[in-house]
Amino acid sequence: MTLKFTKDHEYVRVDGDVATIGITDYAQQQLGDVVFVELPAVGKQVAAGAEAAVVESVKAASEVFAPVAGEIVEVNSALEAAPATVNEDPAGKGWFMKIRLKDKAELDALMSQADYDAFLKTLD
Amino acid sequence: MRYLPLTDADRQAMLARIGVDHIDALFADAPRDKLLAKPVDLPHARSEIEVERIIGRMAAQNVSASSAPFFVGAGAYKHHIPATVDHLIQRSEFLTSYTPYQPEIAQGTLQYLFEFQTQVAALTGMDVANASMYDGSTGAGEAVLMAHRVTRRNKAVLSGGLHPHYVDVVKTLSHMAGDEVVALRPDVSATEDILAAIDDSVSCVVVQTPDVFGNLRDLSAIAEKAHKHGALLIAVFTEAMSLGLVAPPGAMGADIVVGEGQSIGNGLNFGGPYVGLFAANQKYLRQMPGRLCGQTVDAEGKRGFVLTLSTREQHIRREKATSNICTNSGLCVLAFTIHLSLLGQTGLKRIAETNHANAVALAEMIEAEKIAGILNESFFNEFTIRVKGNAAAVIEKMAATGVMGGVPVSRLLPGAGLDDLIVVANTEVNTDEDRAAFVDALKGAL
Amino acid sequence: MLNNQGRPTQPAANDAGAMHATFTGNRALMQEEPLLFEIGRADVSGVDAPAPKAVASRLGAHARQGEIGLPGLSEPEAMRHYVRLSQKNYGIDTGLFPLGSCTMKHNPRLNEKMARLPGLGDIHPLQPVSTVQGALALMQELSRWLLAFTNMEAVALSPKAGAHGELCGMMAIKAAIAARGESATRTVVLVPDSAHGTNPATAALIGFSVKPVPARADGRVHIEDVTPLLGPDVAAIMLTNPNTCGLFESQIQDIADAVHAAGGYFYCDGANFNAIVGKIRPGDLGVDAMHINLHKTFSTPHGGGGPGAGPVVLSKRLAAYAPVPFVTRDGERLTLVEHADGESFGRMTAFHGQMGMYARALSYMLSHGADGCRQASEDAVLNANYIRACLADVMSQPFGERPCMHEALFDDHWLKDTGVTTLDVAKAMIDEGYHPMTIYFPLVAHGAMLIEPTESESKASLDLFIATMRDLAFAAKRGDVERFSGAPYHAPRRRLDETRAARAPVLKWTAPAPIEPAQKAAE
Repeated sequence: MTLKFTKDHEYVRVDGDVATIGITDYAQQQLGDVVFVELPAVGKQVAAGAEAAVVESVKAASEVFAPVAGEIVEVNSALEAAPATVNEDPAGKGWFMKIRLKDKAELDALMSQADYDAFLKTLD
Repeated sequence: MRYLPLTDADRQAMLARIGVDHIDALFADAPRDKLLAKPVDLPHARSEIEVERIIGRMAAQNVSASSAPFFVGAGAYKHHIPATVDHLIQRSEFLTSYTPYQPEIAQGTLQYLFEFQTQVAALTGMDVANASMYDGSTGAGEAVLMAHRVTRRNKAVLSGGLHPHYVDVVKTLSHMAGDEVVALRPDVSATEDILAAIDDSVSCVVVQTPDVFGNLRDLSAIAEKAHKHGALLIAVFTEAMSLGLVAPPGAMGADIVVGEGQSIGNGLNFGGPYVGLFAANQKYLRQMPGRLCGQTVDAEGKRGFVLTLSTREQHIRREKATSNICTNSGLCVLAFTIHLSLLGQTGLKRIAETNHANAVALAEMIEAEKIAGILNESFFNEFTIRVKGNAAAVIEKMAATGVMGGVPVSRLLPGAGLDDLIVVANTEVNTDEDRAAFVDALKGAL
Repeated sequence: MLNNQGRPTQPAANDAGAMHATFTGNRALMQEEPLLFEIGRADVSGVDAPAPKAVASRLGAHARQGEIGLPGLSEPEAMRHYVRLSQKNYGIDTGLFPLGSCTMKHNPRLNEKMARLPGLGDIHPLQPVSTVQGALALMQELSRWLLAFTNMEAVALSPKAGAHGELCGMMAIKAAIAARGESATRTVVLVPDSAHGTNPATAALIGFSVKPVPARADGRVHIEDVTPLLGPDVAAIMLTNPNTCGLFESQIQDIADAVHAAGGYFYCDGANFNAIVGKIRPGDLGVDAMHINLHKTFSTPHGGGGPGAGPVVLSKRLAAYAPVPFVTRDGERLTLVEHADGESFGRMTAFHGQMGMYARALSYMLSHGADGCRQASEDAVLNANYIRACLADVMSQPFGERPCMHEALFDDHWLKDTGVTTLDVAKAMIDEGYHPMTIYFPLVAHGAMLIEPTESESKASLDLFIATMRDLAFAAKRGDVERFSGAPYHAPRRRLDETRAARAPVLKWTAPAPIEPAQKAAE
């Protein structure tokens, strides 16, 4: 299992050829209480960097980008009724969507955990 | 100057505290050569008496709706407004407050917005209503944009019964936004085949009832065909009072309803300020433009209200917002809500019945006298007549005898070949004497 | 005889605390008030109307079926309901309302009286033009004043609010670009980071793409940041002046020249025009279009968030594209042009705009005169700088110790390590009897506090406000966090749960479900 991160504070957890996408703990803290999540349709093809989902708090709205290209194979519909899960367990039950990877090489462009931790330090 | 509390001594003391010796030192960032050395070339300050004289003279040149038999409608209507309404909206705490950004000290505004949203939803038969738009016409423009967002298409079909000025507002906005508009020909007798215009490329159909010619339209078949093709039905009304008596758009399958709310609580004001009503089905909530007020609790668990779902709006979403609108028609909303609270459904129904009965009475007089033809199969408080000769000239002649006879269709649709038509409105304010005066004036003008 | 049954004339010593719970939940003058739907009844009406005439219905098959579901109130009930609601609101007439960028100045009641004259408030937009000559004259007179203050070519009166005015100006620019045959290429609008959200939203609404211009450390837009972005793809720049930080854009003329040289237009957001009326004319700075918020600069009431009015002044280059309707003179007679032919870009609203606001704004202008309007701007700037100077040692300014225009911007640097936030300060101000300043806007200042006192405040009022803010600043710095974190303590409501409102939106009242008999028995 590979864990990667983006500069938009999303994580990509790869299991075989399927990547689970969510937002990081840092991202949920910055957003504040999440009140709404909009998820893509299952079966949709997304390009790397394309807007795939929306996450909203009371005071902010943010796009969730597809960090990698591929097909949306599953979405976490439970978030629609319980958006607070994104705050409570962003890395676990608060995941957004699963993408079947088109090109695994795209993962190489993303940050490792160590890179991401270092990146966070530059933001304060 | 009576509105400025600072004295010259205050000004000097304050400049000294700031550490400059002249007011222009505070304008130091402005280009020196562009700073005006003296006031612009306009008259100087005046007393209240003088201002009242000047504006009073302008006002005196106009014929007010209350001073004449008055039958002008077509998008704005003369109704009676209880004295309570204007008294209450002039309470300082309503009149001089701002957008409720600090909800702890704006519960008055927020609660009436919540009451307004509830009233509008009930009146239109829809799930949710926003806290209002500028007026009915800008609401119609926004509704079309919203339908484009929902359907991800960009072609709107406009009924020929839609108020021509609303058509123009939608066309202007759509043209600028790069969207397509199919405006059907003016449809005086509600006989157009709008169903034929609906296909899979259409985002929405916009239909008005009562329409600009006064006809009542059944929207159910249009809704059904629109939905079959993945399009939305946007229902429009310009006479809110009609909803006391006629079937609400929500009951006929409308997806979005927009209307002009002026008739309830708000004066004619030569066209503004008015209040746009905007309601929709729950499933399109997050695509709605404008402010929304929602219920919540405070830190002690007491019920309170806040502006909510503001992530749709420009101050957060910026260029991705659902609209650029940054306000609503707050005080006009209040007038609407107070008037409708006073009416209740009992009063609303009764006033609406009076409107209809008065219009029918006038129609019967016109028919009995055989001075003009009435084109409407059905109507609420407004209908269209065909006269011999030029309608605009007829209206001017009637005005010369002190009767405001209606709106010549040529004023709304110049060059459409409808120069012999007049839209005539009749509300609860019109008396039997008014109607007799109308008939006499029309006879004399023909 | 002594009357020893009389009431005590001094309060008895009682230290049992000020906040006794009451049976009703009311606190003397502060009354709890249910919703209209909880006190109204479907069969009650506060409006008496004679029975309608008996006629044969011509509604056809379109009659409403069933109940509407709208309760009514008798007149005394309605009066009490809305008066009580009003008492939960803070207005300009209540106290100092320093809401930056919103201009909460005194609303003269003469203006209300003028707008309600039957000859202005009770005339129909479509009645014969011969019967509204005075109304058209008023619109022309208002236009004359706006053009004199701005030195521009033309004015479009009809936009209904500031954002609608922005849309009008940008549509005129788009029409001008189309007339030049450059629609396909000039598609970019430059918008500074510090701009109000309506600017990018407006540009995007009509199909422009938005390119941000970075803000500099001094809170202004610099020509060096604009020039590299200019090119044949740029339609316009939208620049606010004075800007959202309360500063005059000192390079505005150079920026205007550069944009014009590159073939673009200069849209000026005139939201803060109130700082410079009678001091500087935007037309002298190279502006092509600017909206004027009559509800700010010329004091038509804000009314709890509208209605406003946003007339747009246009330069020679854009005047021909102005929307309909507009007033023209035909000999002795004034006429209305209501249909777009020629170059006009079309129509923005059903009728002639916010006539009620025109009457109020003209009444304000005639009252102040050219001299009073200029004095009002100077006093607004003076008051803001006085506050800035008197708070400079206890609060922090993001862009240094320079004079501001009509509003003073502070950031939250002075709150660092106090455990108190900008929001907390705002809520503590409520307890002190003030409406808070604008907070967290503009975005370019961290934890922004934007204070706009306006010219309506006396020196004594400003001095008390300054003393209060200093007291709050000292309290925060000495660690009296409780005064802030739970505030407001004394408002009609404590802090409200916005998260709850947004997660499960309740946007209208619904009747509570009737209690089932079984449930009743269990109680």
